[in-house]
Amino acid sequence: MAEVLVFVDHVDGAVRKPTLELLTLARRIGDPVAVALGNGAADTAAALAEHGAVKVLTHEAAEYADYLVVPKVDALQAAYETVSPAAVLVPSSAEGKEIAARLALRIGSGIITDAVDLEAGDGGPVATQSVFAASYTTKSTISKGTPVITVKPNSAAVEPAAAAGAVEALTVSFSEQATGTKVTSRTARESTGRPDLTEAAIVVSGGRGVNGAENFSVIEALADSLGAAVGASRAAVDAGWYPHSNQVGQTGKSVSPQLYIASGISGAIQHRAGMQTSKTIIAINKDAEAPIFDLVDYGVVGDLFDVVPALTEDVKTRKG
Amino acid sequence: MSLRIVVTVKYVPDATGDRGFADDLTLDRDDVDGLLSELDEYAVEQALQISENYEGDADDVEITVLTVGPEDAKDALRKALSMGADKAIHVEDDDLHGTDAIGTSLVLAKAIEKAGYDLVVSGMASTDGTAGIVPALVAERLGVPQVTLLSEVAVADGKVSGRRDGDTASEQLEASLPAVVSVTDQSGEARYPSFKGIMAAKKKPVEAWDLSDLDIEAEEVGLEGAWTKVASADERPARTAGTIVKDEGEGGKQLAEFLAGQKFI
Ligand SMILES: Cc1cc2nc3c(=O)[nH]c(=O)nc-3n(C[C@H](O)[C@H](O)[C@H](O)COP(=O)(O)OP(=O)(O)OC[C@H]3O[C@@H](n4cnc5c(N)ncnc54)[C@H](O)[C@@H]3O)c2cc1C
Ligand SMILES: Cc1cc2nc3c(=O)[nH]c(=O)nc-3n(C[C@H](O)[C@H](O)[C@H](O)COP(=O)(O)OP(=O)(O)OC[C@H]3O[C@@H](n4cnc5c(N)ncnc54)[C@H](O)[C@@H]3O)c2cc1C
Repeated sequence: MAEVLVFVDHVDGAVRKPTLELLTLARRIGDPVAVALGNGAADTAAALAEHGAVKVLTHEAAEYADYLVVPKVDALQAAYETVSPAAVLVPSSAEGKEIAARLALRIGSGIITDAVDLEAGDGGPVATQSVFAASYTTKSTISKGTPVITVKPNSAAVEPAAAAGAVEALTVSFSEQATGTKVTSRTARESTGRPDLTEAAIVVSGGRGVNGAENFSVIEALADSLGAAVGASRAAVDAGWYPHSNQVGQTGKSVSPQLYIASGISGAIQHRAGMQTSKTIIAINKDAEAPIFDLVDYGVVGDLFDVVPALTEDVKTRKG
Repeated sequence: MSLRIVVTVKYVPDATGDRGFADDLTLDRDDVDGLLSELDEYAVEQALQISENYEGDADDVEITVLTVGPEDAKDALRKALSMGADKAIHVEDDDLHGTDAIGTSLVLAKAIEKAGYDLVVSGMASTDGTAGIVPALVAERLGVPQVTLLSEVAVADGKVSGRRDGDTASEQLEASLPAVVSVTDQSGEARYPSFKGIMAAKKKPVEAWDLSDLDIEAEEVGLEGAWTKVASADERPARTAGTIVKDEGEGGKQLAEFLAGQKFI
């Protein structure tokens, strides 16, 4: 079967969930060959093998951490030239999209970004995109070169499948551009202990209606009772009540959980762009006319400071 | 030392309108109003701030706004000029209809080279295609550093620096000019055009270029030249109306029952 390159998103060897989802999708169109770069690259092999990688190409070099994007493009191109794959799949993070785009240009191929599904087709893979704030679903193909496709988190269920996962060192020679943009310092984000927003099965979000940073504890308590991630609208973020890294929407994170609970959020188009593909949507809002209610499976018209704590209590009781 | 900034701005359909597709599966531009992509207002704003803070003085800085788009895309240029940009370039050609991101980056890169530049400033993503890849593609084509997705940006001593907030870390970046920068909506509110700015914009030059001015063949762009092909576009079926209850003391409890019924608890 044809080989499919999968770019691995990992933190010091710990593979992030979107990559495991990508391996599931890759198996629909060929044999996944994973490319893991940077510190801990070889440590990814076991997890990748358990999820269907027939081969893991690794390369460690300081350049991946010290310079922006281009070293990874150089390496992915080296992998592409070694393998001659039928397609290249990359997780749809901000960086992933930039890496994929530059690779596509270099190898003379079209690029599809933010796919939410992938199937084998007669003329190569067919990608589904969810566009215009998820109001349209499109199906696209690549008509020139080797398909380069970036896939959004939560687009497929992770399916374990044992494979060889043979580790091979990749030979990479960095281009002149590789050292163009220096990373002069890096501050790691502090972990909250809650699930990652884009990967979480349940997301509980608060908006302007939460009315203050301290009041977000009400949202956090509900999230913790459900084992959920916490999200926020841009209005809440702009007011300084919650970090920007938790913003859901067009210019924040795009989430697609099993369950999304919006409290004190009106449902502006830019917010909907980031959550409209959630499977089940719940809203709590005191304004019965709020546009968010057009999207919901279940909505409560009421004051979030009454409804959310009562819900939290009930969840805790039910979970014992 | 003078500084030439080119700001790339896209003309997009208004996100609050009913956006959709035309029969050839390209963007339907007839049924919804267009405007300057709101995220490119942040790019114009940062170019203006770089200019205002520039070592010599703002007179040493020239800001050119550049768009690739149909005739109405002039509106986007006028808005950027009224915010304070100095001049505009409009690349317009019937053969551009249906161009994909790779093709758009070709046209932008050729136009930027022809205009002359020390710094390119772009938005983080368009509000219609939302790919967020054009700045990286333009940097690749120009062979200059990409310093993208900045929430803070500064130019000094022939270098551009800024902060990029990623998923797992926040990074401080630096590169020598010339370079391509893109800025996020965290970079600072965009100014409103003043009445004076709007009047002044009417007199500012807007140059029109077509593909032949840029030595680009029609086959390299447009629907025919696109390396991606849209096979179908379907409107998402409206969600079936959900259950809506009014909280009369039992709202939280009722919601918990719903969640339990759906096996979330
Ligand atoms: C280019 C651009 C990009 C953007 N990107 C994003 C993005 O990524 N994410 C995003 O969210 N927005 C984004 N926005 C902003 C967006 O347009 C809205 O302004 C924002 O989503 C509004 O946030 P909100 O719903 O919290 O606030 P509001 O619209 O003010 O709504 C607050 C809601 O809370 C309700 N409420 C108030 N008090 C209570 C209470 N006690 N109990 C229950 N309900 C209560 C009100 O009835 C109201 O419906 C963007 C805008 C632009 C122009
Ligand atoms: C719903 C939809 C989905 C699409 N999906 C794809 C796809 O998967 N693959 C693909 O190749 N094409 C795709 N396209 C086409 C693509 O949007 C256009 O080619 C577009 O010109 C560039 O991509 P973008 O709008 O996503 O830009 P982004 O990469 O999101 O834009 C970033 C920045 O680049 C600059 N910029 C972008 N376009 C222009 C322009 N025309 N003039 C001036 N500056 C500009 C702006 O500064 C902007 O802020 C899609 C279009 C639509 C409407």
